[in-house]
Amino acid sequence: MALLEYENLSIALPGMARPVLDGIDLTVSAGEIVALVGESGSGKSVTARSALGLFPTGADIDGHVRVDGTEVVGAGPAALRSIRTGTASMIFQDPRAGINPVRRIGDFLTESLRVSNGWDKGRANARAAELLAAVGLPDPERHLRQYPYELSGGMLQRVMIAGALTAGPRLLLCDEPTTALDVSTQAEIMAVLGRLQRERDLGMLLITHDIELAAAVCDRIYVMYAGRIVESAPTAQLFGTPRHPYTAGLLGSSPPLRAPDGPPARLVPIPGSPMGLLDSAPGCSFAARCRSARPGVCDRTVPRLERHGEALVACHLAEESLTSMDNTATREGS
Amino acid sequence: MSRTTTRALGVLSRLAGMAATLLVTSFLVFSSLYLAPGDPASFLVRGRSAGPDELAQIRHRYGFDEPFFVRYWDWLGGVLHGDFGRSYVFHQDVGSVIWSRLPSTLLLIAASALLIAVVGVAAGIVGALRRGTRTDSMLMLLVTVGAAAPAFVAALLLRSLFGVKLGWFPTIGNGTGVLDRLHHVVLPAIALSVTFMAMVTRVTRSSMLEELGREHVEVAVSRGTPRWTVIRRHVLRNALGPIVTVSALLVSGMLVSTSIVETAFGMSGVGSLLVTSVNQMDFQVVQAIVLLVVAAFVVVNFLVDLVHPLIDPRVAAAGSAR
Repeated sequence: MALLEYENLSIALPGMARPVLDGIDLTVSAGEIVALVGESGSGKSVTARSALGLFPTGADIDGHVRVDGTEVVGAGPAALRSIRTGTASMIFQDPRAGINPVRRIGDFLTESLRVSNGWDKGRANARAAELLAAVGLPDPERHLRQYPYELSGGMLQRVMIAGALTAGPRLLLCDEPTTALDVSTQAEIMAVLGRLQRERDLGMLLITHDIELAAAVCDRIYVMYAGRIVESAPTAQLFGTPRHPYTAGLLGSSPPLRAPDGPPARLVPIPGSPMGLLDSAPGCSFAARCRSARPGVCDRTVPRLERHGEALVACHLAEESLTSMDNTATREGS
Repeated sequence: MSRTTTRALGVLSRLAGMAATLLVTSFLVFSSLYLAPGDPASFLVRGRSAGPDELAQIRHRYGFDEPFFVRYWDWLGGVLHGDFGRSYVFHQDVGSVIWSRLPSTLLLIAASALLIAVVGVAAGIVGALRRGTRTDSMLMLLVTVGAAAPAFVAALLLRSLFGVKLGWFPTIGNGTGVLDRLHHVVLPAIALSVTFMAMVTRVTRSSMLEELGREHVEVAVSRGTPRWTVIRRHVLRNALGPIVTVSALLVSGMLVSTSIVETAFGMSGVGSLLVTSVNQMDFQVVQAIVLLVVAAFVVVNFLVDLVHPLIDPRVAAAGSAR
């Protein structure tokens, strides 16, 4: 059984032209790292929050989200609390905003242990100090008494990670865990997350706009565009032969991890801008920005996710564009 | 320098600032009454006919003929020793005239402060948590009406409805004995606090709404923290700053508004004393009360500044980094 399973999840907000999420299917198994990649506004954060029952207020929700077999859509407070305090937890993007600035680090870390598990102060503090050591902070006892403003962004993100681990979850949802940090800290945080994931055999859903980062740590990658999954594949395959023009575009527009010998890679931006919630398209959402879009087909009908080898691709041209894509949209020099 | 030393120095400099403020105020108060039209000497002989000689004699006896700065210096020296002079009307020490009326006024202010802190804040919390619902719109309507209702209008309405028509509360006087006094203070306290309650409700609601939208609140929810714990520890706790500041400043300014309410309900207190003293040109009493009003304001401000670092530790950090 999958640890986290989305089945045809759709979320619509009243007054918007298109749904925020449109038929999301996604699974994360125990011990697996899965990335969900896309531009801002593609719905990746909404997807991750849905796993904890944090739906947008006033939204129409359809489909299923199951965490360790427990249905989240329509779940009552008790079921939600059991997921949130036990099975799954989330690491948010900006620790400076995500940790209450007027309370001590110790309060942040021990709150759920004391309130939800009923631990006494000493036991909860000991556990919090253990966790701070586990995320590589030098002086746990002192940090427990400090306020968030006394710590750097990278240290605070470690605190956030420690906070997510207090309940001993099996599923970790990471919503852009390094975006708010500076570059050198980003690598440290990813290393900490990777180590903890291996040590504790956690299932992990990594939300990021950085496809190179996703490639570096993940087993499988889902690519999301305008509320839909447009491609999913094992990392190596997605990187080697991206089948969806959007995936190819993402790869072409982000700097490669290692520049090979010879001239530096040229970045090819994707033309146009992502589709907002007030826009909708009768066909493929990406058609308007797609170089290979075929008039009369792509702008008419919505492509369904179909299997091509190990990948699932939602593109009318998935089969035929394979060869042409290699020539047009991938980076020079790779 | 250690944080404690810095805090202590900060407190000392605030105290010096308070003293300076009070000194300037005392000068302004004294000089404005000195410049005010009307001759206290002619008031003192009211009802009797007095020739110029007799007036001059009175002026000399009361020191009215001394130069301005000499009079100010004498008065200030007295004030520093707790001697506020003698009331021309009561022929008593100003200190004891005020002192005897202070308890009933403090009771009135305390009751109003309680109403503000409990009813005002609670209404604000309900409004924020029920945002956009019918309850919220009703509250906001009441707040608008309440904020626009002057204390004397509220006093008249409350008296005629709950005092005269329903007869639930007495409409005049201070009462005797603890329970009777409390019974007498209910309507005046409501009249005094209506406007302030409305303001505190509004501040509480908007401050709560601002905190409700914070990401750390979502983080707390995502960790399965029970709703009321989230509201208490992460929303209300963080919203306290503006609520405490505004409530404290409103309460510290209430002494002035008591003059209206105490007069409307025929209560004896510092507020009604201020009104009669102004009417009867009892300058010594007016001076002392105005000084008291300013002192209350300055002291409450000081206390708010002391409390703020406890509410938001970042304030303390910014203070010691300065």
